[in-house]
Amino acid sequence: MTYNLETAAHPEKLRRVAIDPVSRVEGHGKVTILLDDQNKVHQVRLHIVEFRGFEKFIQGRPYWEVPVMVQRLCGICPVSHHLAASKAMDVIVGARKLTPTAEKLRRLMHYGQMLQSHALHFFHLCSPDLLFGFDSDVTKRNIVGVAAAHPETAKRGVLLRKFGQEVIRHTAGKRVHGTGSVPGGVNKALTVAERDELLKDIYPIIAWSRDAVHLIQKVHIQDPGLYNSFGIFRSNFMSIVGHNGDLDFYHGSLRARDDNGKLIFDGVDYQDYDRYIEEEVKPWSYMKFPFLRSIGKENGWYKVGPLARVQNCDQIPTPFAEHERKEFVDYAGGTPMHAPLAYHWTRMIEMLHAAEAIKELLHDDDLLGADLVVQGERRTDGVGVIEAPRGTLFHHYRVDENDVVTMANLIVSTTNNNQAMNEAVRHVARRYLHGREVTEGLLNHIEVAIRAFDPCLSCATHALGKMPLEVELVDAEGALVHRLSRS
Amino acid sequence: MTQTFTLDGKAIPFADGQTIIQAALAAGVFIPHLCYHPEFKPHGSCKLCTVKVNGRQTASCTMRAAAGMQVESNTEEINAERRALTQMLFVEGNHFCPSCEKSGDCQLQATAYHLGMMSPHFDHFFPNRPVDASHPELLLDFNRCILCSLCVRASRDVDGKNVFALSGRGIKTHLIVNAKSGRLADTDIALGDKAVQVCPVGVILRKRTGFAVPIGERTYDKAPIAETVAQEGT
Repeated sequence: MTYNLETAAHPEKLRRVAIDPVSRVEGHGKVTILLDDQNKVHQVRLHIVEFRGFEKFIQGRPYWEVPVMVQRLCGICPVSHHLAASKAMDVIVGARKLTPTAEKLRRLMHYGQMLQSHALHFFHLCSPDLLFGFDSDVTKRNIVGVAAAHPETAKRGVLLRKFGQEVIRHTAGKRVHGTGSVPGGVNKALTVAERDELLKDIYPIIAWSRDAVHLIQKVHIQDPGLYNSFGIFRSNFMSIVGHNGDLDFYHGSLRARDDNGKLIFDGVDYQDYDRYIEEEVKPWSYMKFPFLRSIGKENGWYKVGPLARVQNCDQIPTPFAEHERKEFVDYAGGTPMHAPLAYHWTRMIEMLHAAEAIKELLHDDDLLGADLVVQGERRTDGVGVIEAPRGTLFHHYRVDENDVVTMANLIVSTTNNNQAMNEAVRHVARRYLHGREVTEGLLNHIEVAIRAFDPCLSCATHALGKMPLEVELVDAEGALVHRLSRS
Repeated sequence: MTQTFTLDGKAIPFADGQTIIQAALAAGVFIPHLCYHPEFKPHGSCKLCTVKVNGRQTASCTMRAAAGMQVESNTEEINAERRALTQMLFVEGNHFCPSCEKSGDCQLQATAYHLGMMSPHFDHFFPNRPVDASHPELLLDFNRCILCSLCVRASRDVDGKNVFALSGRGIKTHLIVNAKSGRLADTDIALGDKAVQVCPVGVILRKRTGFAVPIGERTYDKAPIAETVAQEGT
């Protein structure tokens, strides 16, 4: 299958523009654009250029090591991998239902992570584009510029993230790459002192999260021409939903809708995910392209993450966030919103929900319990699915009778959004680059579209905002025409 | 009258027959070591406990203390050599602390911290060493073996079973299981054996218990190895 602008008919005579690496995203990726002599766009691809190999080197390792090992995929949301793997291993050790203490501690850990990851993305990575403009002065379009122009906003971003990290530290033992979750449960409960330390700060965290929703809502509504159409494409969307259709980041069943919001499937036990989802490999990217089997490769791709989740659920089970969800749905006019920039608005609604959910959990004495681990009848196959900050995350393992992993399949959140991001980038290229002289500001439009999805391109640890960006224009003979660099 | 020798300027008392490391630990002074264990005969192989006695290098686990010895241990020169030895141990095996269940309880890791090891320095060998998961209760992860031979000595001298042995020579030396199949499942090793308890790294592991102890409560989370060992005298 080739999509419009995925593959040029005659690439040999075209100039190649590469954005390598894409900046202010997690991980390492690049965009290539093929242009003809009139700067008309013929091909646009978002490539993922790192090969990780986790699925291979997990093989041969004991299963209890996996939740700690796989979280090294990522330094931003390691808790997602830690918990998705733990949930799969729960199935392996026969722990179909955890103790209330264990489940709530894992939820707390996960909601802490949602909070910190969403705060990081919005305040540190995206607010420069949203507050200053996509082609504003590049020397100020960064978190330092935000701190200078909007010090209170920048400070809140830092403190929101810090709070989320503290939740993780108290539940997992470390802010990054802890060991709190084990197959069948957790290895520690919260102490009264730890709980009280978190409770002390939760109310301003909720208030700031509400303000963040209102900030992005205002930015979005003020410029509907841009925010409702930038990079837009229509697609199916998918997420897990919890009990009664609640927004639930930790557990639930799979639900997918088409671009009009009509259910494709609902209530699907994710142990059977491979009957519903298949992955396609393309030769130009290390990232696979998943699609819904029932619809097929051509039209079965979908988006995941905040924009999908907030519109896929029936309600959000915390009051402030539910109010904001209704505001968003009203604004969308009763049909699904597909604009990529609406990811930011829904992401902040989710951050507010995470903050409210943390408050409710901290008031639950089950967090202080002593009953931490359960086990049952051993199984050989286990699937764990969780809603990570960037979307639905699948971990599937097979473990032999000697406790060793023989097969691993991971579909990470960003992989689920692969085709969607490519579509957004192509739309932006068509609209903003077609027939024009390429400038840094225009290229940043491409990156803005990618950033909206908050991709974790390698799902790996990277330094924030320090990635150099170099763009080269090479003519059909291979000679350098123009070079732009950011260091 | 008590006999003494001098260790880094401090008088250390000793009894006849005691080695330098025994006397030092009894006096609460830590000398880094990996293959030494107070319950077993010294092996003198890891060389981490090397000290200078009257200006000449020797292993403090095999050298008997003598009155009037001038011993240097905690010097920049000797610690640099210990650090290099530790780095070599790291690169010869596959020591991936981030996902190792022994992290926080591992003597090699704690020693590396003690010596201020900031990187492996040398090129990794990345040997291919599959785990032996055949035993229902125990896992052998050969990736982490540092050839200290403590399991060999414990199984032979305490358990009376000879489950383990070191085979090969030089760089090819490796830990083997004494069974025709080479598999741990085909030996008579048991959970309560001394050989199971004595591994200073993460080779001999009790199955399905990894990561049960939270961060903050592991052995070397509470105190660095120098304090822990000096207090326990091991």
